[in-house]
Amino acid sequence: MLSKKQARAFFLGGTLVTFLIFIGLTVYSLSEAQDQSNYKDITEQVVRGKHLWESNNCMGCHTLLGEGGYYAPELTKVIERRGEGYVKALLMSPNPWAPNGRKMVAYGFSEDQATDIIAFLKWIGNIDLNGFERVVSPLAKDNN
Amino acid sequence: MKYKSQKVAYWFFALSMLLFVLQLVYGFIMGFAHAGLDGLHSIIPFNTAKAVHLNLLVVWLLSGFMGAAYYIIPEEAQRELVSVKLAYVQLISLALVGVAAIVGFHLNYWEGRKFLEIPRPLDYLVVVNVLLFLGLILVTLFKGKRKTTTALVLSMGLLFAALLYLPGMLPFDSQVLDSFFRWWVVHLWVEGVWELIMGGILSFLLIKLTGVDREVIEKWLYVIVGLTFLSGILGTGHHYYYIGVNKIWLIVGGIFSAMEPLAFLAMALFAVNMYRKGEKKHPNKQALFWTLGSAIVSFMGAGLLGMAHTLPQTNLYTHGTLVTAMHGHLAFWGAYAMIVLAMISYVLPNLTGRKLYNGARGRAAFWLSNIGMIGMTVAFGVAGVAQVYLERIMKMDFMEVQKMTEIHFYVLILCATLFLIGVILFIIDFIKYGRPTDEALETNQP
Repeated sequence: MLSKKQARAFFLGGTLVTFLIFIGLTVYSLSEAQDQSNYKDITEQVVRGKHLWESNNCMGCHTLLGEGGYYAPELTKVIERRGEGYVKALLMSPNPWAPNGRKMVAYGFSEDQATDIIAFLKWIGNIDLNGFERVVSPLAKDNN
Repeated sequence: MKYKSQKVAYWFFALSMLLFVLQLVYGFIMGFAHAGLDGLHSIIPFNTAKAVHLNLLVVWLLSGFMGAAYYIIPEEAQRELVSVKLAYVQLISLALVGVAAIVGFHLNYWEGRKFLEIPRPLDYLVVVNVLLFLGLILVTLFKGKRKTTTALVLSMGLLFAALLYLPGMLPFDSQVLDSFFRWWVVHLWVEGVWELIMGGILSFLLIKLTGVDREVIEKWLYVIVGLTFLSGILGTGHHYYYIGVNKIWLIVGGIFSAMEPLAFLAMALFAVNMYRKGEKKHPNKQALFWTLGSAIVSFMGAGLLGMAHTLPQTNLYTHGTLVTAMHGHLAFWGAYAMIVLAMISYVLPNLTGRKLYNGARGRAAFWLSNIGMIGMTVAFGVAGVAQVYLERIMKMDFMEVQKMTEIHFYVLILCATLFLIGVILFIIDFIKYGRPTDEALETNQP
């Protein structure tokens, strides 16, 4: 029968081993050679766009890379799907954007800010998502 | 023997209950918005309601865990808390940081990262607050007469939870890296170290309620937390399938996520077996119901419903849909909300000297809240599965699908009303217990 000492060894040993594997895999998958996100394409404009995305909690309603609020459309491929003009218009709209009855906050971004957010979304749209970008409709162009 | 400083726990639980009710109010705002009734949009838009709903959940559960620790540690270590005054300072500062964050969310002041919306300056205050809490708990434990496994596992959970808050504060230019390390906080909290906290509280309650030998309970506690980490750490991989990192996570995450229900199954079997084995018939049946309920519902919500959508081939379609909300609600309720309510149910009679645990109100609170939450889970599940098929298989437009699934949110609101009634009944009992007294603590208690 298992003793308390053995149970403790199982807990400590198992935790240590899996933690070390986890760190190893993290280092491997975040190494430059494994980059799937086109990290080198992140410009200052993209970073400004990311900051606007965060400081307005866009993720509170939308999803991006499949993560977020489930209340408003997934935006990973939004530029490809809707085009820059449409996205820019709604970002700069002084009135709540509600094409299907569900309202978006009227942020009334300036043209520069809207361009920054679009640059960020364009960078997002080029990430290799292990198939999520192709299978999930209506994200991909070829599905529309 | 009880300790007077354990009274601090009462006020942490009171704060917990207050924030819990507020959390539900914001949940209703979101439920109505999903059903097409968004009359509050101009004052409380959905993203505000969502940030408040999630963060109040985190803060009320943390407040509950802290209350549990302030009650358990003196009893396990057999000494008073090192400083009651500082514990109250910690309580008030926790409440202030929570309120400041919630007010900020209404003024578009946040970080906009799901579950970690608290803006950076307040993050530092959270760190100071948690350090104070940990200091009080750990110094009490190490100055104490004994160091039990239950107390060590609980303290280890609290310490790791604090450490794991830090990766969430790292700044990144890349959304992919941001997301990657956000899960170090969120996943390794709820599917890792919070389970240590849950396990510690569960073990304490089972020792008290069943009378089974401490050595037996604590041995199995090690096995359970061992299984938790063995599956949960590499199980983080299920969040990395489709966010722009290497495919290796599809294999690692898939295998270890499939093992995650084992820890919860072990927890449920452990709780039920200890109850069966126990010869002591503790009069506080209400605490026993919440304790066993927590172990069983967490297996359903976190274990089974979690695994149902973390296989890579399923997650490819369910990632970013309401299926996640289905799992999230029952998992948080079973694993963490119910264990806090179990602790409160056990502690209140001891702190106040009143024995309200045989009343019909307490039983109704348990059943109504659980039936309501299971109903909500089903409503989320139906809406989520419909969303997956219509939007991701049939390629329909997001909003068209949302319109078609609105009806499920009316069902959700009905079930949530049942849930709310249960919670209100629990809180009425909480209020009826009254304040803690020294006399109650001085009498011998089972």
